[in-house]
Amino acid sequence: MNNDIKNVLIVGVGGQGVLLASEVLSETVMLAGLDVKKSEVHGMSQRGGVVTSHVKFGTKVYSPIIPYGQADIIVSFEQAEALRSIEWLKKNGLIATSRTRLVPPIASSGKFFYPDDPIAELKTKVSRVIALDADKIALELGNSRLVNILLLGVISGELGFDITILNDAIKARVKPKFVDINLLAFAKGQELAKESKTVSA
Amino acid sequence: MKNFLSGNEAVARGALEAGIRLAAAYPGTPSTEILENIADKFPSIYSQWSPNEKVAFEVGIGASLGGARTLVTMKHVGLNVAADPFMTFAYTGVGGGFVIVSADDPEMHSSQNEQDNRFYAKFAQIPFLEPSDSQESKDFVKLACEISEQFDTPVMLRMTTRISHSKGIVQEGEPIEPSAAGFKRDMNKYVMILSNARKRHAVVAERLEKLQKYSEETELNFVEDNGSDIGIITGGIAYQYAKDNLPEADYLKIGFGFPLPINKIRKFVDTHKTTLIIEELEPYYEEQIKAAGINIEGKKYFSNLGELSPYKVALGLKEAGIIDKVAMAEFEPEQLFPRPPVLCPGCPHRAPFMALKKLKVPVTGDIGCYTLAVLPPLNIMDTCICMGASIGNAIGMEKVNPDENGTAAVIGDSTFLHSGITGLLDAVYNKSNITVVILDNRITAMTGGQHNPATGQTLMGEKTKEVNLIELCKALGVESVHEVDPYDYQATLDVLKAELKRPGPSVVITNKPCVLMPKRIMGKPYEVILDECNGCSACFRIGCPAISTSTELTKRNRPKAVIDPLLCTGCSVCAQICKPEAIVLVEESVVVGK
Ligand SMILES: Cc1ncc(C[n+]2csc(CCOP(=O)(O)OP(=O)(O)O)c2C)c(N)n1
Repeated sequence: MNNDIKNVLIVGVGGQGVLLASEVLSETVMLAGLDVKKSEVHGMSQRGGVVTSHVKFGTKVYSPIIPYGQADIIVSFEQAEALRSIEWLKKNGLIATSRTRLVPPIASSGKFFYPDDPIAELKTKVSRVIALDADKIALELGNSRLVNILLLGVISGELGFDITILNDAIKARVKPKFVDINLLAFAKGQELAKESKTVSA
Repeated sequence: MKNFLSGNEAVARGALEAGIRLAAAYPGTPSTEILENIADKFPSIYSQWSPNEKVAFEVGIGASLGGARTLVTMKHVGLNVAADPFMTFAYTGVGGGFVIVSADDPEMHSSQNEQDNRFYAKFAQIPFLEPSDSQESKDFVKLACEISEQFDTPVMLRMTTRISHSKGIVQEGEPIEPSAAGFKRDMNKYVMILSNARKRHAVVAERLEKLQKYSEETELNFVEDNGSDIGIITGGIAYQYAKDNLPEADYLKIGFGFPLPINKIRKFVDTHKTTLIIEELEPYYEEQIKAAGINIEGKKYFSNLGELSPYKVALGLKEAGIIDKVAMAEFEPEQLFPRPPVLCPGCPHRAPFMALKKLKVPVTGDIGCYTLAVLPPLNIMDTCICMGASIGNAIGMEKVNPDENGTAAVIGDSTFLHSGITGLLDAVYNKSNITVVILDNRITAMTGGQHNPATGQTLMGEKTKEVNLIELCKALGVESVHEVDPYDYQATLDVLKAELKRPGPSVVITNKPCVLMPKRIMGKPYEVILDECNGCSACFRIGCPAISTSTELTKRNRPKAVIDPLLCTGCSVCAQICKPEAIVLVEESVVVGK
């Protein structure tokens, strides 16, 4: 396996904005002059199913799929989905997740159960977890749709790119009207990541 | 210029750079975005949705014979529908370059089977090109056009979901101005009566010999020599999975997949200590390689079921003794609840299925969003084979096994227009006692909201005539045609009950649009008055994502219901079936609430 490849997995539920996050990340890699591939399967996923987006970058990327156990970072928009995704996580990998809780109808049927506290469960297994009320923070910033860029801000320090490049990628990928507010969300995410480090240290 | 494109976006760009003049398709995952991108970004190319793949293909033939470079796209099963013109167009050959995109769906992410359409190219004796990333997806469109014109043959561009929906960096080239050289009348070539067709079959055989030679020489089938004694023969996405695992092996990468470069393969095998075939789905290369007397393995190590992946390829390589160990995941997978796709909150398909469930009749089904009704908790649909099949299935079932309560066939508007009309004609002609329920949400929803002949708009955004489904059914000879409001549960139930019992064929058409597309429809939300809710769970059983269990329990410890006001569209169906009348409009609750 190529050693310089970095793998980021972004997961959520249909309609949560998973795809914009992976677009901005991929744009960043292009601006940095590296190779990048991204893979996601749409289709049925639009109707409330799980959405996963694989982003791989480095000097030369072959397949667009992250093998199990190889994700450096997992970004999750939903807490149970974060738990579901750990099969992909590398030893010492980071999971940044929103505390958003989306209980599907099937979990009201009595046959299946949504875990009481997926994040607590996650923390018993994975050492590096950042969980935050992303929906609430995004709303405070002015728009619930900012969750994706906020979470991108949270993991930005781990990507190894200059922050200015990430900002440029946001400017390139977000509609002009929303650039400022997205940059704000991005900065907020960086700040929260720093805070969570000092807390867990 | 460099751009970050999906395989489908790259094919669209490739169409521009190849000078494609006309592009036609019927939507189908994973192919749909090709035409959407062409219509959206490159309006210099005339593009259209046809009612089905067969028509799209025939429109394409016409354009090609008119001397224009032509692109026709479809999902793998779409080629079954278009197989009739496809097989004979292989005989006539083309005018302008003709490229047929077949987007296969290994793993069946959104399909009813995972047939391997590489065999279709061999079946029709036409060449196919197979890209392994976005760059090749773009480049191969133009190459396919050139090969098509050089050898006078349609050419297949075989994509798969992983190629169509993955993105990579693409170096873009210069567009060619689309043109149409004009139709050159040639009855011997284009009129396939038997005397001509026999001659053309001989032409196909001759052409195959030339293509064989081309396959041996073309750079589309290239050897990557890294000085290894391990050789891998592969193509498409499997090439990338192999490279992930064995970057230093030697490769014979197949980009031109029919006919195969058998001599090149033989030489490659002869010069390596070990050679393996890594291909996704069926042993397409392998069968032909073995038939040529070259004894190397492939499917012995790499399953023909589902998609391959870097991990599956690693497992196969280990079994073949090429690598020692497979990297394992650090963390055990979690056994969690599934998250299957569901009918949206407010979906107009919901209540008709609730009614059919209540009526306990056999329900032959079809393909569209409404197929989701087969999943729990609705669990109502007894068959799903292919587009349009519901009607024929119901006719046959009713003939041998008439049900006194009736037999229902359920089909969407786009699917009915795709291939349901002839089924309904059969029902009339053969005096069938079935009821066809057309769930007319005025969009092709399942594939992401494409227009169709019932929506009044073309792919390129022009207004056009809307087919009148009621008049159409009447014209076919159905005497009992009813329109119902699917948000009125009782009325829907009553009409269905009466029509199902009526002798002779009947049609019930629902008349409410999709709540998501083309625009999102949000009404005033409903809420549950917890004091009134008796925990009967009737509303849970309609499978609405806006309704879930609340933390509050009844005296008998049953969870009460709660409605998410952000998801509820106000369709009111749950309120209509709530016996204790605990579900009310949000603003009314202030008045009603005690
Ligand atoms: C031959 C074939 N072509 C295309 C598809 C992809 N496909 C599945 S369902 C569907 C159309 C669904 O539209 P409609 O019948 O209007 O139902 P809706 O999803 O809107 O409820 C399409 C195009 C397919 N499965 N088979």
